Amino acid sequence: MARAVTTGQKTINTVAAWGVALLLFFPILWMILTSFKSEADAVLSPPVWFWFDWTTENYESVLEQANYLRFFWNSVIIAVGSTALGLVIAVPAAWSMAFVPGRRTKDLLMWMLSTKMMPGVAVLVPIYLIFVQFGLLDTRIGLVVVLMLINLPIIIWMLYTYFREIPGEILEAARMDGASMRSEILFVLLPMAVPGIASTMLLNIILAWNEAFWTITLTTVDAAPLTKFISRFSSPQGLFYAKLSAASTMAIAPILIMGWFSQKQLVRGLTFGAVK
Amino acid sequence: MSTQASRSAARTMLSPAVILLLIWMIVPLVLTLYFSFQRYNLLYPDRAGFVGWMNYTNFVATPAFLTAVLNTLVLVLGVLIVTVGGGIMLALLIDQPIWGQGVVRILVIAPFFIMPPVAALVWKNMFMNPTNGLFAELFKFLGLQPYDFLGQAPLASLILIVAWQWLPFATLILLTALQSLSSEELEAAEMDGAPAIKRFWFIMVPHLARAITVVVLIQTIFLLAVLVEILVTTNGGPGTASTTLTFLVYREAILDSDVGTAAAGGVVAVVLANIVAVFLMRAIGKNLDA
Repeated sequence: MARAVTTGQKTINTVAAWGVALLLFFPILWMILTSFKSEADAVLSPPVWFWFDWTTENYESVLEQANYLRFFWNSVIIAVGSTALGLVIAVPAAWSMAFVPGRRTKDLLMWMLSTKMMPGVAVLVPIYLIFVQFGLLDTRIGLVVVLMLINLPIIIWMLYTYFREIPGEILEAARMDGASMRSEILFVLLPMAVPGIASTMLLNIILAWNEAFWTITLTTVDAAPLTKFISRFSSPQGLFYAKLSAASTMAIAPILIMGWFSQKQLVRGLTFGAVK
Repeated sequence: MSTQASRSAARTMLSPAVILLLIWMIVPLVLTLYFSFQRYNLLYPDRAGFVGWMNYTNFVATPAFLTAVLNTLVLVLGVLIVTVGGGIMLALLIDQPIWGQGVVRILVIAPFFIMPPVAALVWKNMFMNPTNGLFAELFKFLGLQPYDFLGQAPLASLILIVAWQWLPFATLILLTALQSLSSEELEAAEMDGAPAIKRFWFIMVPHLARAITVVVLIQTIFLLAVLVEILVTTNGGPGTASTTLTFLVYREAILDSDVGTAAAGGVVAVVLANIVAVFLMRAIGKNLDA
């Protein structure tokens, strides 16, 4: 909706927009800056902005805590594992709903969506007891399954909205040319579906990485991911600002970068295709 | 064009997802319902049995219950007002022709990707800490007494933290909706001499109405479930000043090991979430027909 405006007006808008944007981004910027300060510089009053002795000692000391990398790998395994498992189950489901819709497809989609609305805290105790029963507590496989299930409706919905945009005529054309069902899927549909699957994957990794309710309540040590690691700083430990900042910066960096690449898909995924 | 064969193939492809979600939905819910009518405390496992509605009356009779209901309302409404109001203004601003729009978008969306414990702890320790947080420094600089945000105004502080996390979401969705508005309509109105405020009210607001509805409903679902932010900042306190329904259920289950009462509270939470969900599904379902 670009319209012609005067340069003066554009300047005012630019200044205002940048002002608000920097204000919103400031806590993150401040955290990143603090992560490079010594603990003494981090609590200096009045605060120092850029002119301090930049140091990477906090990163080193966080990484030296033998278990930091385990938390990090748990995060990676849980986020990637639950996404991969989710896609394996969701791609066929979304595919069949998009290309062979039945009378009840719409109801089915709405019902899947409704499972997403169940408040976690309401089923925490049963899930916890089931986990204890089956020895799943504090295991990665347990978390992979739970996170896959809570995000499955979003994956199916997102894939469905992408698949539905693939025109059916293309299939008929391919069939006219004598393509078999197999080559139809392999050479015609798959290449068209890849971008949708890729963005679904990206969004789901972000959601799983940041999921904090189940990952914190269902783990203690062995399978605990970064969400758990960071939440431990809620004790007086959190007063080591520089270390908290370094640990936090490392925890959010990969996701922040992935997130910036997936802004557009984010809207579609989080609104279940209601806003595109 | 679908044949009998392709239909049965479709059913096979669909069934794993349906069966898994069915189990995931029904098993825990049935167990929660069952526990909610049982005396079941993990600390006293021998005292068990059917107790009728006792857990429900206990849960509702907790002194914290009314406070929790009120706090939940304040938190959800507070965050909604800040994010939707702020989101509309911010979306309108970013939608204007400006220099560096791409970078502005990236900066604005960033808080959404921060995991909840990081967001809450950075705000709690580095901004709201009354001795050396950045706000305390700002107050000192202005010659004011440092203010203990989380101690004196825990709910307002939580609203600030949670709103910071969700403002990007509202902005991004409203911006997307705004960009799909045809410029011809606006230009026509402008040519006809409609003032900016009227163009906003009669063209943009109706166009944004659906997006706003979706934002409000989706956020409400997530806001009702906010827990980790409370857990790492105020822990529901001081006293019960920042205890929400979700936190209250969590407290019963984890701290008091009272499965029965927690389950009853859980059922209350499910009912509440479902009321919101019905409206959300209607808003989204409409779009499926289009």
